[in-house]
Amino acid sequence: MESKDFLARLIDIPGVSGYEMEVAHEVSNVFKEYCDDVRIDDFYNVYGRKTGGDLEDRPKIMLAAHIDEIGLMVKDIDEKGFIKFTTIGGVDQRILLSQEVIVYGKEPLFGVIGAKPPHLQQPGERGQSVKIEDMTIDLGLSAEEVKELVKVGDIITFKSPLVSMKNGFVNGKSIDDRAGVAVMLEAMKELNRLHFNADVYFVATVQEEVGVRGGTISTYSVNPDIGIAIDVTHGDTPDSSKEDTHAMNKGPSIAIGPNLHPKLTKRLMDIAKEYGLEYQIEVAPGPTGTDARVMQIVREGIPTVLVEIPLRYMHTTVETLNMDNVKKAGRIIALFIASMEEGWQKWLSY
Amino acid sequence: MVELLKKLTEASGVSGNEDEVRDIIREEITPLVDKIYIDGIGNLIAYKKGKGEDVKKIMLCAHMDEVGFIITSISDNGMLKFKPVGGIDPRVLISKRVYIGKDKIPGVLGIKAIHLQEPSERKNAVKVEQMYIDIGVSSKEEAEKLVNLGDYAIFASDMVEFGDNKIKAKALDDRVGCLTLIEALKEEYDHDLYACFTVQEEVGLRGAGVAAYHVEPDIAVVVEGTTCSDVSGVDEHMYSTIMGSGPAITIMDGSSISNKALIEKLKATGDAKGIPYQIKKGTTGGNDAGKIHISREGVATCVVSVPCRYIHSPSSVMDMDDLKNTIELVKEFVKGCE
Amino acid sequence: MRELLAKLTGTYGPSGNEEEISKVIEDEIRDYVDEIKTDVMGNLIAFKKGNGQGKRVMLSAHMDQIGLMVTHIDDNGFLRFSNVGGISVLNTINSKVIFKNGTIGNVSYESEIDNIKDIKLNRMYIDIGAKSSEEASNKVSIGDVAVYYSPLSDSNGRYIGGAMDDRAGCALLIQTIKELEDCKNDVYFVFSVQEEVGLRGAKTSAYSINPDVGIAVDVTSTGDTPKARTMAVKLGAGPAIKVKDGSVICHPKVKGLMIDRAEELGIPYQLEVLEWGGTDAGAIHLTREGVPSGAVSVPCRYIHSANEMVDGADLENGVKLLVAILEQEIEL
Repeated sequence: MESKDFLARLIDIPGVSGYEMEVAHEVSNVFKEYCDDVRIDDFYNVYGRKTGGDLEDRPKIMLAAHIDEIGLMVKDIDEKGFIKFTTIGGVDQRILLSQEVIVYGKEPLFGVIGAKPPHLQQPGERGQSVKIEDMTIDLGLSAEEVKELVKVGDIITFKSPLVSMKNGFVNGKSIDDRAGVAVMLEAMKELNRLHFNADVYFVATVQEEVGVRGGTISTYSVNPDIGIAIDVTHGDTPDSSKEDTHAMNKGPSIAIGPNLHPKLTKRLMDIAKEYGLEYQIEVAPGPTGTDARVMQIVREGIPTVLVEIPLRYMHTTVETLNMDNVKKAGRIIALFIASMEEGWQKWLSY
Repeated sequence: MVELLKKLTEASGVSGNEDEVRDIIREEITPLVDKIYIDGIGNLIAYKKGKGEDVKKIMLCAHMDEVGFIITSISDNGMLKFKPVGGIDPRVLISKRVYIGKDKIPGVLGIKAIHLQEPSERKNAVKVEQMYIDIGVSSKEEAEKLVNLGDYAIFASDMVEFGDNKIKAKALDDRVGCLTLIEALKEEYDHDLYACFTVQEEVGLRGAGVAAYHVEPDIAVVVEGTTCSDVSGVDEHMYSTIMGSGPAITIMDGSSISNKALIEKLKATGDAKGIPYQIKKGTTGGNDAGKIHISREGVATCVVSVPCRYIHSPSSVMDMDDLKNTIELVKEFVKGCE
Repeated sequence: MRELLAKLTGTYGPSGNEEEISKVIEDEIRDYVDEIKTDVMGNLIAFKKGNGQGKRVMLSAHMDQIGLMVTHIDDNGFLRFSNVGGISVLNTINSKVIFKNGTIGNVSYESEIDNIKDIKLNRMYIDIGAKSSEEASNKVSIGDVAVYYSPLSDSNGRYIGGAMDDRAGCALLIQTIKELEDCKNDVYFVFSVQEEVGLRGAKTSAYSINPDVGIAVDVTSTGDTPKARTMAVKLGAGPAIKVKDGSVICHPKVKGLMIDRAEELGIPYQLEVLEWGGTDAGAIHLTREGVPSGAVSVPCRYIHSANEMVDGADLENGVKLLVAILEQEIEL
């Protein structure tokens, strides 16, 4: 399957943190075509295993990209049937007004986010962003119907399908980090063409956006020798500093810093260079906001590397990314895995 | 001992890049221990077999890492942009020297001259985003030959003995702990001793949990350099510790509540052996105990600290007697464990 | 239930100092359980064996309460303190507090402060009536912890007192232990320590029990007071089945199972979406390879003050709900 089609399919499926069952099943179905076996755990982490080679002490390598997405949740329903909501994960309140949403009540219900109309606002209020407390979701239904169909705790996603743009760019919601899952798919396809010595676990993790929770338990479960986290990083935009962002057309980013294993990271970069694959460097001065944050410190400590795809407008409904970087990242990771040979342990030493 | 402290404090060991410190420690302790293990995150775990019967596992823990900087980009004019690693007050940074990378390239953090500033500018603290490191090159190309993105930088600060038995150095937090563990390994004990020199304490206590999971200790003692605010202009109730009053025993901080039986044991050891000690008053901050005591099924843990003024700066100050007494207290505590 | 709640809320037990409350609870439940032990952190863990066909279920209610730890005794015998857990300035000004040995004091602040916003805990002090440093030191040492002094009162079927967070949860667990007879599941009842300082006791006890399912029992906020922050939980409308808080998104199947049991038996319940805070389930669900977890909450007003309020009927219904959850087979 083409990774762009895979991504388009995934982002239409709801998977707000804690409620990833549907997207997990879809991922599992696709993984089954490329892996030796696939399982889903109690928390809906998906594990695809792919074994290669006959080296007896071959490494166990875990890849992780998260399938959960930021979203909203029903907090209360007022007497007129408007829905009060809270956020799951980091949502900028300024993106919410006029957004189209789906409320997953007894059935999926289309709605829009509204607030008090401008002509009722006090002079001066327009300079300030509208607070989430002052917004409601309008389902266009009577209060009785809403109370029949919706209850406190129901999840809500944004409605924003994948749109293709020029130059291989795409935009949509929850590309953070389903593009990372697409990178895993690319790596699987690449590994099918390569000879490799490793037990590779492709893990689609849950609840990253609310505290890297799925990564914690899935890494404990796999207990790998090497961890590879795959996530998105900030793409360059005119309103942010060059130091904190990455070009959209210069390949994926490889992170350096305390959170990542120095020798393995260097190895990953050397492999990319050897095969002439472009990459950028992200310097992370502390624990990163990715699955790598927890992977590194599970059990007795897992040497971990981090590959990231530049993404503009993170945590909005128009997250924008260059699909070319997804392919390149998958290829770098597959070549890195295939480079594991007898004596691979030396790459893990300090 | 002072020479070793000098060597340890002057070594480069920003969180995630503790190699130099680890190498010094490994060399020092190799003759003293039965086994050395370096784990997947870089912790150095030294095992010294106990001489007694029915031995327990005692974990001593000190972190090797220090606060510092990491180079994040290079400007077209060859100036280096950086981010702090660990908690640093940006206000201490201006007009300081640093060393960058393995080759210790010297650099300075300057600021435009007072003559060129508006008087109002001097009222505001300079933000890290506005700062840069000058290594004396004039182009990006030149800088790239000397420095890579992701290189770590440390404060350039020699250890100095001064005043009344005082020491000035960088990274006293927690090379004093490392030194204490090294000294403690020179004695023989009844129990199995695991001296854990951990990484990445300053960026979220990340090494210690991993080490404790591996060791599965019965008892853990964390040895730290801790804050000391017994200085001019501070109300007495805000003192965290007092310099020169002996090792500080922690009852509670932001990351753990010490095991009461161990606190009593530490106090009793001090009283019996005539080693001065103090109770740490402040309850903020945290250290490796935060991760160790909740490892697996829980570990009885306590914390002993050397008071250090101006911690996390290039010029931390401590009293040599506090360090000596900390070493004695830790040794005697381990000897006295039943 | 009232007596039990009065006894539990009247017993001393700030985080790290849970010995007394642990003893009281142990005395209450010893005759009703198959095994009971205290672990290295101080968690009290009681085990009630099932018929061997069910799951390993861990229930956790924390027995610690927030407090004020003495950090300095000044020359005039006033005590400076720092917080153990979430002590708020506003809730503490002129509150009566009590130490383990019964010493009582009032909490006040440096009177030169004009603006209430400038009051920080380190500008407050406890006055135990001592006239000198020596007199104070005879009663209290650095490191001692005081808790709000607030004996239980009744008002309109509601109870007002200190430490409802989480002695109300402890009361629910104790009553559940007593009423639970025919049980399919192996149940571990954990009275956890150090919840208020970071869910620490639940983390280590969950690791040692390694359960199939985790259920925290704690208090939660309500949205039914004048101009309250929006929240669909009301006092007296039944125990709350947690959907999420700052520490956990409850497992949809555990949450669903709780709802099913409540509806089958006609037990009133409400759904709780808490936008902040956390509870033991936050630690339990991330243990080892993950433990599907949920939480039953007692609605409570004025949490973390000396006068927390709960509703008697919510407590009774909370016990009914817990018994119903535990007696039946748990399918996930």
